[in-house]
Amino acid sequence: MKITATGLALTAGLATFATAALAQELPAPVKARQGQFNILAINLGILGDMARDKAPYDAEAAQMAADTIVAVSMINEAPLFREGTSEMDLNGTRAKAEIWDDWNGFAEKWAGLGSAAAQLQQVAAAGPEELGPALGQLGGACKACHDTFRAPE
Amino acid sequence: MRRLFGFLLLVALLAAGAVWMISAPDPLPAAEFAADAGGDPARGQTIFTAAGCASCHHAPESEDKLLLAGGQRFPSEFGTFTAPNISPHPQQGIGAWSLHDFANALLRGVSPEGRHYYPAFPYTSYIRMEPQDVVDLWSYIRTLPASDAASQPHGLRFPFNLRRGLGLWKQLYLEPAWVLASAEDETLRRGRYLVEALAHCGECHTPRDALGGLQRDAWLSGGPAPDGTGRIPALTPDALSWSHEDIAYYLETGFTPDYDSAGGHMVEVIDNFARLPAEDRDAVAAYVKALPAPAPD
Repeated sequence: MKITATGLALTAGLATFATAALAQELPAPVKARQGQFNILAINLGILGDMARDKAPYDAEAAQMAADTIVAVSMINEAPLFREGTSEMDLNGTRAKAEIWDDWNGFAEKWAGLGSAAAQLQQVAAAGPEELGPALGQLGGACKACHDTFRAPE
Repeated sequence: MRRLFGFLLLVALLAAGAVWMISAPDPLPAAEFAADAGGDPARGQTIFTAAGCASCHHAPESEDKLLLAGGQRFPSEFGTFTAPNISPHPQQGIGAWSLHDFANALLRGVSPEGRHYYPAFPYTSYIRMEPQDVVDLWSYIRTLPASDAASQPHGLRFPFNLRRGLGLWKQLYLEPAWVLASAEDETLRRGRYLVEALAHCGECHTPRDALGGLQRDAWLSGGPAPDGTGRIPALTPDALSWSHEDIAYYLETGFTPDYDSAGGHMVEVIDNFARLPAEDRDAVAAYVKALPAPAPD
């Protein structure tokens, strides 16, 4: 009986430890930068579904989504990509160490998102057929950065 | 005792001789691809894009993806491979090669000097290429700019630095047969050709065994990234629930169904697929949707 109790306590202890390890909190800057990319993805989804005819086109909703993407692109990235928060340092991020090796290159890619977002903002309310090419440009800006600075899953 | 020793020595020598013979490079017969009547460079350009040649052979920091100067490094558990110069430069690149040399490299993994190439160069996939595609690709590659950058050596650990051993590796793993054995319609056959031959998707999306050979029975079921950082996702139906249209759209734009965007080397792959005809992305989607679930361990 005593052995069973010890065993149970040990199992419970291990389980707690495992849960704690899994639920390890990411630093606030990492959560913030992941949140901004989620905002981008949600708004790109609104526009993409309209462009692909998976949702009815709505000029006002399209404009709001594009405006939001522009707003996110204006966030200063430096405080969110603090030193010591690469995929080498933390589990739960795909940010490669190259970001800090070549900060100017990274900043240039982020500015590329800003230009593509501004283009999208210009045409978002002009009709669904305008969305596809502008989204293609924006997707190009995403990939241009991810090529060098984001690790695979 | 001495007689036994002599006998064992003889057996050892015979075994060593047999290994030496089995590990010899196996080039194409001299008559194959002997005459270069000239291919179609425009067609070759599409094959070049689908085969992703530039993605690995362009210089690491170059914006010019058509200058095939080499130099990109590919770390692996066997050591680091460095992509060579395959621009048409006569000394530093492959400008002095014949069509036959080129076909030997792609289809047999054998250099003009008769040495094995490492399978970081995906001849394990290119072995399934159509002969006419090899001819057209060669005619296109020769139109590209020459780079005088010298190819850098690989940095491999012993015993993987012994190229001759690749002859044995090829006996085990160089397999021309399709993995997806039956492909009834034209779209699926095109998709199979793109995935299993030109675009060599299996080289990253299929797990490898301890000797670095692809596990064909776990085809496209994902695995650790070859460079040791992260995982390459599975494409099999147990793991990937995307629709046919989702896959085609991803290959065109890099956007997942959740509007996340591709990362790492897949970005280069998508840049290539985006420049191929829509029917090709459609064919790859058809192939991926036709994949069977991997067998349970």
